[in-house]
Amino acid sequence: MKLSKISAFAVAAMISLSSGAVTAQEKEQAMDKVHFLIPGGAGGGWDGTARGVGEALRNSGLVKTVTFENMSGGGGGKALNYIVENAQSNEGTLMVHSTPIIVRALNKTVDMGYRDVTPVAGVIGDYAAIVVGKDSPHENWADLYTAYKEDPRGVAIGGGSAPGSMDHLVPAAIMQAAGSDPLDMRYVAYDAGGKAMAGLLSGEIAALSTGLSEAIALSEAGEVRILGVTAPERVDAVPDVPTFTELGVDLEFVNWRGFFAAPGLSDEKRAEYAELLKEMTTTEAWATVRDRNGWIDIYNSGDDFSTYLATQEADMEKLMKGMGFIQ
Amino acid sequence: MIEGILIGLSTAFTLTNILMVIGGCLIGTFIGMLPGLGPMSIIAIMIPVAITIGDPSAALILLAGVYYGAIFGGSTSSILINAPGVASTVASSFDGYPMARDGKAGKALTIAAIASFCGGTIGAILLMVFAPMLASVALLFHSAEYFALMVVGLSAIAAFAGTGNVAKAMLMTIVGLMLATVGTSALFNAPRFTAGMMELQSGIGFITLAMAMFALPEALYLVLDPARSKRSEENKKITELRINREEARQIAPVIGRQSIQGFFIGVLPGAGATIASFLGYAVERNIASAEDQKMFGKGSIKGLAAPESANNAASTGSFVPLLTLGIPGSGTTAILLGALLALNVTPGPRLMVDQPEIFWSVIISMYLGNLVLLILNLPLIPYIAKILSVPRNFLIPFILFFTLMGAYIGQNNSTELLLLVAFGILATILKFADFPLPPLLIGFILGGMLEDNFARSMQLYDGPSFIYERPMTLVLLILAAGLIVFPVLRNWRTMAKQRRGVSTPD
Repeated sequence: MKLSKISAFAVAAMISLSSGAVTAQEKEQAMDKVHFLIPGGAGGGWDGTARGVGEALRNSGLVKTVTFENMSGGGGGKALNYIVENAQSNEGTLMVHSTPIIVRALNKTVDMGYRDVTPVAGVIGDYAAIVVGKDSPHENWADLYTAYKEDPRGVAIGGGSAPGSMDHLVPAAIMQAAGSDPLDMRYVAYDAGGKAMAGLLSGEIAALSTGLSEAIALSEAGEVRILGVTAPERVDAVPDVPTFTELGVDLEFVNWRGFFAAPGLSDEKRAEYAELLKEMTTTEAWATVRDRNGWIDIYNSGDDFSTYLATQEADMEKLMKGMGFIQ
Repeated sequence: MIEGILIGLSTAFTLTNILMVIGGCLIGTFIGMLPGLGPMSIIAIMIPVAITIGDPSAALILLAGVYYGAIFGGSTSSILINAPGVASTVASSFDGYPMARDGKAGKALTIAAIASFCGGTIGAILLMVFAPMLASVALLFHSAEYFALMVVGLSAIAAFAGTGNVAKAMLMTIVGLMLATVGTSALFNAPRFTAGMMELQSGIGFITLAMAMFALPEALYLVLDPARSKRSEENKKITELRINREEARQIAPVIGRQSIQGFFIGVLPGAGATIASFLGYAVERNIASAEDQKMFGKGSIKGLAAPESANNAASTGSFVPLLTLGIPGSGTTAILLGALLALNVTPGPRLMVDQPEIFWSVIISMYLGNLVLLILNLPLIPYIAKILSVPRNFLIPFILFFTLMGAYIGQNNSTELLLLVAFGILATILKFADFPLPPLLIGFILGGMLEDNFARSMQLYDGPSFIYERPMTLVLLILAAGLIVFPVLRNWRTMAKQRRGVSTPD
């Protein structure tokens, strides 16, 4: 049963009432009002990002009215289709998205990609981390990797999403960079991050691939040890955790979250939105939201953002081809 | 622990927090009564309010109140109009609705309220006494055991496999299991059986199917077969809520057992209130006397009390992994976890040490909350039950409206309405052909978790060896086999006896 979808509706129901009215007046006064389209349900990562950014925009007085609309379905594909098909009436809409817009276009779970919409700006990032339970025999990354090299099938690595998705690709890329065949890896998928964490603590899996912010909360609670993080340098929130580069594994990865506008948006409008988000990241209201969620600022916009997306797409494509997920 | 309880008492019994309990329970129970609105959506609405409060204890007390209030109120629409809004109250409609149809709506609601109260209160006591120790129990189950547990849950279909109906019930279960595979599975990165429709990629909505299987055919039946509704004569009895001593004696042990069993199932992060309600129903049916067993599915008071106490106890139990491990066991507790993190509370083993007032005040507030719910609900039952004395020509549009609304806002998707109507027509035909519909929904609800856990175990053990390598899995599977095979054997025996009975006079 797909319970997560049900959660989306409450918020969606409240907001869909207003969304029809929003579009009519938006053309003249976009900054009086920003409408956020969220491709997933309430409580997910996209939802939290859009609502956090919206909160900061409103509290800092940059935008008068902020509205949200949850449109889950098709792994984000439904919202993507919607904004493309209704581009004209969605000039005042910003859609939140993240790394899966690239991964899911590559593996064809979604038939559209970031090129079909207008990239506005990347706003926050979350590094990936490999964690083990507090009672795990693997004290550090070297221990875990030694065990993996001896018997790759004996070291099951879990994640909160399907095979071929981000949680799977990250450890695979790590193993590849460390010099092993990523195809040997036994990746165990769970349908939610919480269930994957339960799997780790119950000892069903040896290690877990997850986002750093999620891992920090549990490591603070004393449940898990973070063995390594995919950041270019050590992260302030967890200064004792080594980066994979330090560990001799040449791999950096950041799961970005950013905003996209409808296709065909004028360069002017695009720059206006990018400027708005940039200004937001300097406000006190944003600092509160960001620190509360453990997010990392990675603001990049315009052509930088597009170039970044293209680079990530090329990296991902190579990795996914190498692993046989795509032809 | 005594010290903790004292801290909890002093925090929970401040004016603000008492108001939070009462407010949360009120909101939860009333919105929960509407078909199509479950605890998850109500909590999602309440989160901004809770975060504005700022004080984590007060916020969590409010949200917890909304949560168990919604489970408490959720049974109302299942019982009165056969329209379960949440998966965990589906089992309550199996016997609750037949009771209401027989003119015993008031009694059914009373039993549901008392069972819910007991489940919630016993759950809170267990939570208080055992929570610290239960953290490790929550982690005892691996995917293999969850798979076996789902199989035990499936045995609840036995209640609908009466004489001559075994094949039909099995068939319906299989159809339900098949429907659960529609969409992109969490374990396989490919859409299945979506017929190329993007709307189906996230699967068929639970509310859509529940409404199509239960509420819609019922409403259509009333239109197609007017002779069958002889409701007007029974108006007098509808509002009667008295339970006699004999009935109380019958349901007391059921409530006791299911409150405990439900709580422990709720503690498992991968099970939750839905599984608890089905298991409660299945277990109680199978240990009931042959006489009582015949009543299950036809308006048995035991069949109503069992899932009602189990789902409330389980929703309390689900606070164990949430508070002591920081692991959300269900969609609802995942949203609660998000709210806690936003309030700068990190649930986990150190919560009890670092912020004992939060931990204990929430537990203490649960006693108060359950009492509030009982006091709130009991006097209202006669009025709520009166909904059924509304003339048919007004009641049916009302049911249809909520059915369609529930399905639409569940996904915010018009395709869902088409699915609802299509499945509704199919369900009506099946109903006329005397196919039992609950097994289909049981199969659908458990199917996803059954498959995920099975596939994960197969992956971890490179084959089905987990079935005999893990003793607990084996025990649970043998139990399930017993629960399924036993009624079949008994049916054969009865049939054989009847045949002999016919042949002896010759």
